[in-house]
Amino acid sequence: MSLNLEDVARIARLARIELSAAEREATRDQLNDILGFIEQLQAVDTAGIEPMAHAVDVVQRLRPDVVTETDRRADFQAVAPETEGGLYLVPRVVE
Amino acid sequence: MSGLINSSLRELSAALAAKKVSAVELATLFLDRIEKFNPALNAFITLDRDKTLAQARAADERLKAGTGTTPLTGIPLGHKDIFCTRGWRTSCGSQMLANFVSPYDANVVEKLAAAGMVTLGKLNMDEFAMGSSNETSYFGPVRNPWDVSRVPGGSSGGSAAAVAARLAPAATGTDTGGSIRQPAALCGLTGLKPTYGVVSRYGMIAFASSLDQGGPMAKSADDCALLLNAMAGFDARDSTSLERPTEDYGRDLDMPLAGLRIGLPKEFFGAGMDADVRAAVEAALAEYRRLGATTVEVQLPNSGLSVPAYYVIAPAEASSNLSRFDGVRYGYRAPEYGDLTEMYSRSRAQGFGAEVKRRILIGTYVLSHGYYDAYYLKAQRIRRLIAADFAEAFKQCDVIMGPTSPSVAFAFGAKSADPVQMYLSDIYTISTNLAGLPGMSLPCGFGNNNMPVGLQIIGNWFGEAKMLSVAHQYQKATDWHTRMPEGVK
Repeated sequence: MSLNLEDVARIARLARIELSAAEREATRDQLNDILGFIEQLQAVDTAGIEPMAHAVDVVQRLRPDVVTETDRRADFQAVAPETEGGLYLVPRVVE
Repeated sequence: MSGLINSSLRELSAALAAKKVSAVELATLFLDRIEKFNPALNAFITLDRDKTLAQARAADERLKAGTGTTPLTGIPLGHKDIFCTRGWRTSCGSQMLANFVSPYDANVVEKLAAAGMVTLGKLNMDEFAMGSSNETSYFGPVRNPWDVSRVPGGSSGGSAAAVAARLAPAATGTDTGGSIRQPAALCGLTGLKPTYGVVSRYGMIAFASSLDQGGPMAKSADDCALLLNAMAGFDARDSTSLERPTEDYGRDLDMPLAGLRIGLPKEFFGAGMDADVRAAVEAALAEYRRLGATTVEVQLPNSGLSVPAYYVIAPAEASSNLSRFDGVRYGYRAPEYGDLTEMYSRSRAQGFGAEVKRRILIGTYVLSHGYYDAYYLKAQRIRRLIAADFAEAFKQCDVIMGPTSPSVAFAFGAKSADPVQMYLSDIYTISTNLAGLPGMSLPCGFGNNNMPVGLQIIGNWFGEAKMLSVAHQYQKATDWHTRMPEGVK
């Protein structure tokens, strides 16, 4: 199957990446090339094979519920585009 | 003193210990070379002479006091710009992070600094490590010191070019699908990707978390062993860091090759490899036989599926990892936007380059409702088949060998218009990442246009010491790894 312009617009919206109408066509062609290439996976019989999500089989470690970090809010907010009084500023979302 | 640019790390260490050179002198030697040669190569993208020299002075204090020193104290290196480095710009080769000065150190940076190593600067790379030629960097491509009209490989292209041009004795790199080994091959270096989980990913900007591993890039296996000793180890801040006893990765360096069984996957010696690469790799195998090793044909029947499986799994993980770049907490924010959604989508559209966006879109698609089973789970099942092939092959051999890259370094623009052709540059390296295995590349001769060829060694899980010893024995018998490009002499 191959993607049409509507599919590309939907994927871009899900990924929160703005695409202009002109970019959408080139993107459709490139994505279809890549999807055409990965299509060969479909021909492989993988019945009964467990998906391998990770390179090593380890279980999630737990740690004691204690504070391990110091408060460095100012340092971490110094790299933000816009902050005020310790808060991150974004366009109004609740009227 | 200029002879020191070709010295091994052990030789530099001995010179520092004997007070024949100071850490400040050594750092200055390389900073001066960077000033002279970097404009033509574009390997370093951030330099800070004052910070470097302050670190060097601190190393000299340690050396003078004679306490708390390690074999690496006072030796300078460059960090791939994917490693967060406190107080240094850490851009990951992207406009998204072009103004990001990291407030903390990656575990690898922290460990190498604790060992007394001196940071020369930050090294150029493909944007977010997505590329095999360094052409996707926001800061422009790195040029191959062997021929500046050719790519250095990628994504750790700045690291490879810097060490090859002797602008640094060593560098850090990361490898998600071949990003240490392929540039090492294309620039004539020795580079090692450890077993997944051996080196902490804390502070290493994430691309595909189940595949990413940091590792050393240097002139020899001996150098890589010293560096890996300082880089490896458990770190509670990386949830997949492995709790294993500390190892000396150099412990087997002097073990002779007699009795070594080298597996040669017939899939790695097929039609895809250029004739010049084949000739150099075959000659290296003949040298190994002369040194007492035996070769046996093995099979990796699913290895041909590794590139397509990777281009489902890696973009899927990338689309998730890179969702953090939203223009809110750090990174680029578009100058004009209406509502919050538009702020996100414009910041991401403008802050990311074309290849990164392509991979995010592919990843978003394969994880989306209705396609998850057909693409993502399918690729994960094939990933298990690929790993099982290796486990089977290692019943017949101690290490696996083959080419690192199907060709020598190619010209700028040769593959950049066709993503799939570029992806196939990593055809011999990707399967080891999928399986979590360690892999190395070491120089084994020169091909067309006098460009370096890399021999790949794939080790069994946790077989780093074995791999390093196999590489070191070859480097004792040959001198390919000592060659230096003419243009930077």
